[in-house]
Amino acid sequence: MDLSIWLPVLVLIPLAGGAACWWTERLGLVWPRWIAVGSFVIDLIIMLWLWAQADLAVSVSTAAPQFFWEFQRDWIPRFGISLHLGLDGLGLLLIALTIVLGLVAVLCSWREIQQHVGFFHMNLLWNLAGVIGVFMALDLFLFFLLWEWMLVPMYFLIALWGHDSPGGRGRVYAATKFFIFTQASGLIMLAAILGLVWLNHASSGIWTFNYLDLLQAQLSAQAQWWLMLGFFIAFAVKLPALPFHPWLPDAHSQAPTAGSVDLAGVLLKTGAFGLMRFSITLFPEASAQFADTAMIIGIAGIIYGASLALSQTDIKRFVAYTSISHMGFVLLGVYAGNLVAMQGVVIQMLAHGISTGALFVLCGELYERIHTREFGAMGGLATRAPRYATALMFFGLASLGLPGMGNFIGEILILFGAFQVAPVLTVLAASGLVLGAIYSLLLIQKTLHGKPASDEALEDLVPREQGMLLVLMALLLAMGLYPQPLLDTAEPALRYLVHAYAGGLP
Amino acid sequence: MNGLPWILAAPLFGAAALFAWRNMPERLAAVIGVGSLLTAALLTAVLGVQYLSEPVPVNVSLWTWFAVDGFAPGISLYLDGLSLTMLGVITGVGALIHLYASWYMRGDPGYRRFFAYMNLFVAAMLLLVLGDNLLALFFGWEGVGLCSYLLIGFWYRDPANGHAARKAFVTTRVGDTAMAVGLFLLFRELGTLDIQPLLGEAQLRWPAGSPTLTLACLLLLGGAVGKSAQLPLQTWLPDAMAGPTPVSALIHAATMVTAGVYLIARLHPLYALSPAALAAVGWVGAITLLLAGGAALAQTDIKRILAYSTMSQIGYMFLALGAGAYSAAIFHLMTHAFFKALLFMAAGSVILALHHEQDIFRMGGLRRKLPVAFWSFLIGSAALAALPYVSAGFWSKDAILFAAWGGGHTAWWSMGVAGALLTGLYSFRLVFIVFWGPARSDARPHHHWSEQAPLLILMGLSLFGGLISVPAAAVLPASHPAHPLPVLLVQIVLGLAGIALAWRWYGRQAQQPPPLRGWRRLAHAAWGFDAVYDRLLSRPWLALARINRADIIDGAYSLLVSLTQAGHLLLIRSQTGALRRYAGGIAIGLILLLGASLWT
Repeated sequence: MDLSIWLPVLVLIPLAGGAACWWTERLGLVWPRWIAVGSFVIDLIIMLWLWAQADLAVSVSTAAPQFFWEFQRDWIPRFGISLHLGLDGLGLLLIALTIVLGLVAVLCSWREIQQHVGFFHMNLLWNLAGVIGVFMALDLFLFFLLWEWMLVPMYFLIALWGHDSPGGRGRVYAATKFFIFTQASGLIMLAAILGLVWLNHASSGIWTFNYLDLLQAQLSAQAQWWLMLGFFIAFAVKLPALPFHPWLPDAHSQAPTAGSVDLAGVLLKTGAFGLMRFSITLFPEASAQFADTAMIIGIAGIIYGASLALSQTDIKRFVAYTSISHMGFVLLGVYAGNLVAMQGVVIQMLAHGISTGALFVLCGELYERIHTREFGAMGGLATRAPRYATALMFFGLASLGLPGMGNFIGEILILFGAFQVAPVLTVLAASGLVLGAIYSLLLIQKTLHGKPASDEALEDLVPREQGMLLVLMALLLAMGLYPQPLLDTAEPALRYLVHAYAGGLP
Repeated sequence: MNGLPWILAAPLFGAAALFAWRNMPERLAAVIGVGSLLTAALLTAVLGVQYLSEPVPVNVSLWTWFAVDGFAPGISLYLDGLSLTMLGVITGVGALIHLYASWYMRGDPGYRRFFAYMNLFVAAMLLLVLGDNLLALFFGWEGVGLCSYLLIGFWYRDPANGHAARKAFVTTRVGDTAMAVGLFLLFRELGTLDIQPLLGEAQLRWPAGSPTLTLACLLLLGGAVGKSAQLPLQTWLPDAMAGPTPVSALIHAATMVTAGVYLIARLHPLYALSPAALAAVGWVGAITLLLAGGAALAQTDIKRILAYSTMSQIGYMFLALGAGAYSAAIFHLMTHAFFKALLFMAAGSVILALHHEQDIFRMGGLRRKLPVAFWSFLIGSAALAALPYVSAGFWSKDAILFAAWGGGHTAWWSMGVAGALLTGLYSFRLVFIVFWGPARSDARPHHHWSEQAPLLILMGLSLFGGLISVPAAAVLPASHPAHPLPVLLVQIVLGLAGIALAWRWYGRQAQQPPPLRGWRRLAHAAWGFDAVYDRLLSRPWLALARINRADIIDGAYSLLVSLTQAGHLLLIRSQTGALRRYAGGIAIGLILLLGASLWT
């Protein structure tokens, strides 16, 4: 069945919903919230329906990327630019994550956001529409457009609804920093895209931005190397990999809760996705050559992020640095390049999206209650808000990679896979298991245990918050106990990646 | 044999029920918490009878955890004599400890939470010993670590408990990480983590003494020493005593800390192929048993004495494994579970009767006031000190020492008998100081059948448990070392000499705590491992993290920003508004440009 028409619909629904949010603000503050919920629910239903229809059989030939459906319409034919979308298992899972976390982002802003509610939800929806598009774009021009499209709403989310930490950096500083980092890296990517298209034209005489055509581009080793580096830097900034990470702690800590959920849960994944979809397949030889460096950067990120998390006093900065550490595993897995590691990367992305998203929700809920993010003002929450404590404990443990939760499957698959190709580096990366335990338990200690910082009663989780967090817990547990449906979904897409990458290995 | 998954499911469902209902009444929590364990114990008994009548291993596959590219670990259970023995200890002793805990913890605001964690622990421990795949085993392995963490830090209001809990988790996690790397290596080499095929494959694949195999065995040993509190990852166990006493009895004496012994016994064909790794196991045990025995002598906290004693006894088990006497190790594991659980629970009764006093020098003369605790201690300590012929510990410890002697490991044997002397000394030092002499405190015992029944049953097991023939012996390689009479006499005499010395030094006169000087100070600090790790690892690492709190890489970007701003300010100065300067600038620029073009 050709369901390709539904692919643009997935992007258009949040776009239209966003516009509706803005417009209906005048009718009342509830309208934008429910419209946002509605858009994501509809998107989710379509998504699940598409998932059910998808043909997961691994094709015999792994020589070309396999998509469940492709949507293509001419756009600027003179340069071979088209509206070209394609959905494969990798994109499908990440879009599903995007939608789920989109819902979470709306729900967790229910009480927090009281100003310009319509405009807020428009930014949120438009940002995620861009993300959903990014996960499907098969035309590099379109990809770049959507890549930039994600930034502007995020900038507004941080700059307008963010928090100013007293005596620290402000939300505008954080938003600007985020924008400059991603914008500058986007520019590098644009240069690399144009370079690729131009070189392809030089050798084949055809102007095209089509990903599938560009896969066949004949490039000299040197050209491949520089173009690969351009793509890598853009994606590494987004991931973020060392040393391009400093935008992340600031953006996270100053952003509103929904912004943090969105950033950590979804936006970071576009970086990993880009590496997998574009860097590796377009430039397999150069990527293989670069693999050791990339893995070392990943491991440095694991250790550096974890140790910086230890010394943070702001809970959101803390979670931000743990994100850097977790994304180090992703980088390691991508460049290990075998199927086990790649599957690990997919699970790690999904699990990290959910667990870190949930942790940011919990940070936000705490901030709503005690109006600070400093560890010093916490402690003893287990007594004051037992349900809250249970949730934080759960996601903290998920983040340390406890078996039974998705994060463990991700990390362990990455490590098992990476050990096949780079045992020594993997042993170094495995130190992240210890560091993860240290920082996660420190988080639990500083927030939940010890003497209560105050005897004042604290409002425990309300049903909206409980429901949202319970769903996320169930997802993480399901992912940790029986991840097979996810693995099966991603497998056809990953087989191609592994094949393409292996073609580049010496 | 479809009952096997239910043994695991019973405590798991118990935990789920206890987690789910927040305001569960105390009585119901006790019924569920203890009842699930009793169910598991009964099921184990039924299964045990079935298995013993027809000893064929049973394999129950529940589901495939995940399958990627041929890597498909299953959540599957495997029952043979070894896992049956472990099952018996975990559910049997576990049920008694749960029953005791329902008395010990009464009135605690966290009663329900306590039993939820305890039940979860048992479920994880059962997965550990039943798992037929090393990754499933690792699942249980991490699960028990988590529950240990949760229960050590159970009284979370005191940050010291939290510190102890984190120390336990992180220290064992270091070992777990080594173990994980061992799994990576085994999987890369053998392509499977299913235990039985893996063992078969390894024997075909590797000649004896293969370096890869030795490396894998040593990495797994890393996991074992972490969990079992052996050198060099032993430092967490004494601090783990911060948890409620039933936790110490169940997790930090009878079950979890013996997981390392189980792991090595389970994988004994691997170790049998690698003499170097096996020797490492034995040396770890021999050294730990002496160091821990010595440390126990200088402690004043009743639970810490027992903790060091546990460490020392597990050292004996490692020694046995190293000598290739796997079934002796498992035998001692079982008897140790009996008498150490007994000792811990009796200590708990003493502590409660004295209003949470744990310093033995503030006890004394409790013989009459707490007769049940007294007899428990006497019988438990007799078993610990391996009192000849009348205690379970005698049979199992002598089996170990004979194996060491018979295997030609004279050094280990000497260390073992020296340890026997220490054991007699420290265990009866405790008994004499606490139960003899003048009373130094006001003891108010409050008894209940749920306290006394477990103690009585375990007293029986500590006396006669040595007569149980361990089903594990059938699946482990047999070793029938000779029992030369002189050797036996040395073993017996040294053990008795320890008790006699204890009587001479601590038996009669009222005791004051000796000042912590000289060797005592060092032994009290357990030979300074903590201080060394603290100075060498924790503190430098934390200091480094603290120095870099602001993130030096961020600083580099900030520098870039500052430089840009400085350049900006510099250029602003040129914007003076003075027309003459602009004209001059243009003229100079033109001349330079023209000059440059002429030059080339």
